[in-house]
Amino acid sequence: MTALLLRDLKLSIRAGGGALIGILFFLTVVAVIPFGVGPDLNLLARIGPAIVWIGALLAALLGLDRMFQTDRDDGSLDLLLMQEPPLVLTVLVKCLAHWIANVLPLVIASPLLGLFMNMNEVAIGAAMLTLFVGSPALTLIGAVGAAVAVTLPRGGLLVSILVLPLCIPVLIFGVSATYAAVEDPAPFLPPFLILTAITMFFAVLGPVGAALALRNAGD
Amino acid sequence: MTESLAIRKFSDLANPTCFLALAERVLPWLAALCCVLLAVGLFLSFTTEGDYQQGDTVRIMYIHVPAAWLSMMCYSVMALSAIGTLVWRHPLADVSHKAAAPLGAAFTLIALVTGSLWGKPMWGTWWVWDARLTSVFILFLMYLGLIALNRSMDDPSRAARVSAVLILVGFVNIPIIKFSVDWWNTLHQPASVIRLDGPTIDPEFLWPLLIMAVAFTLLFFCLHIMAMRNEIWRRRVATQRRLAARMAGRGD
Repeated sequence: MTALLLRDLKLSIRAGGGALIGILFFLTVVAVIPFGVGPDLNLLARIGPAIVWIGALLAALLGLDRMFQTDRDDGSLDLLLMQEPPLVLTVLVKCLAHWIANVLPLVIASPLLGLFMNMNEVAIGAAMLTLFVGSPALTLIGAVGAAVAVTLPRGGLLVSILVLPLCIPVLIFGVSATYAAVEDPAPFLPPFLILTAITMFFAVLGPVGAALALRNAGD
Repeated sequence: MTESLAIRKFSDLANPTCFLALAERVLPWLAALCCVLLAVGLFLSFTTEGDYQQGDTVRIMYIHVPAAWLSMMCYSVMALSAIGTLVWRHPLADVSHKAAAPLGAAFTLIALVTGSLWGKPMWGTWWVWDARLTSVFILFLMYLGLIALNRSMDDPSRAARVSAVLILVGFVNIPIIKFSVDWWNTLHQPASVIRLDGPTIDPEFLWPLLIMAVAFTLLFFCLHIMAMRNEIWRRRVATQRRLAARMAGRGD
């Protein structure tokens, strides 16, 4: 399993892996927002957490279709399906590797974009923390979509369409926890804990669903 | 003993010819009952007095509420069929949830459009990002995604199994979406303008509503059985064509 994790990490970080594209996309999406809503710093500070979250959500969806597709192309998916340890565990490790390579850089880049959005320190910290806790759920939900669309030649767009509605709870609780940290009356902890619960819930459901879909799609 | 008989009856339906024969017998009765109930329900809903506040617009409710209810029920039917596909590999279940997806999308669209038409005179706006509206809209998007997924695969049995996985994941997620959207709404919009079915629903409104709900349910099952029959026929035609093409190739 460690070998699989390292292999996936190396593959996605080295050339052709496309892990950097995600950060660039995130940066571009957030940079485009001020052109749309105007450079009003107060307005940007108010909508900043939401923009950072939406940008991270879209960027996290970007690389999802490659999660199993590259393995299917070079035939290693069949080996993964046939090997001794349970497929659910394998999928979980692949999700972890995908998250570390593609999504963790987004979390690390988010404070910089928070500065662009004129957010204060508390909001930046809260956005980073909620992204750190909530983004694994995006990858785990996305694994189901990626597994479902693994045999499709142009599955990338379809994966996004299928996965995006399922990601809405994560977005809602992530953004509301971030706002709760900034605005006084609302408590921070309840939405944050629910976000954690959603991530843990999908840590169970996501790999099971993805394994089921992979077994059925890989005839 | 009776249970094993029931199971055998159920697995008999795996033979498409058995199902087609059953559909042939059931469908006229179902359709007739549905027509009668629809007629009665529509008559009642146009003859009852309008609400003293809402006037005639309250009649939209008799279409809107059953359609919204069916949009939920259709997803439940699809989830049951998905379990049938994945657990028992029942061929009819594949056909069932493929046929149900467009119907569910249509009923959800009806609920959204009528709700919007009702919302304009009542709330003064076509659309509010209210919890219930938003979650129904997400349900609509999920139906469309499922249809797109089913369309994008050539092999029908593989498409059925793969979309069954997605249906089940979505089914688990629907309560979460509903709950979280409720939560999001109460945080951002505490003073809600929604008053969907009024504080107390008068028997005068209740009876047409119930009859319409039953009529819509029957309508759904009629259309569902018809769509399943069409799907079976379509697959037969495709197989025949393939056979014919092979024969023609051999003839040359």
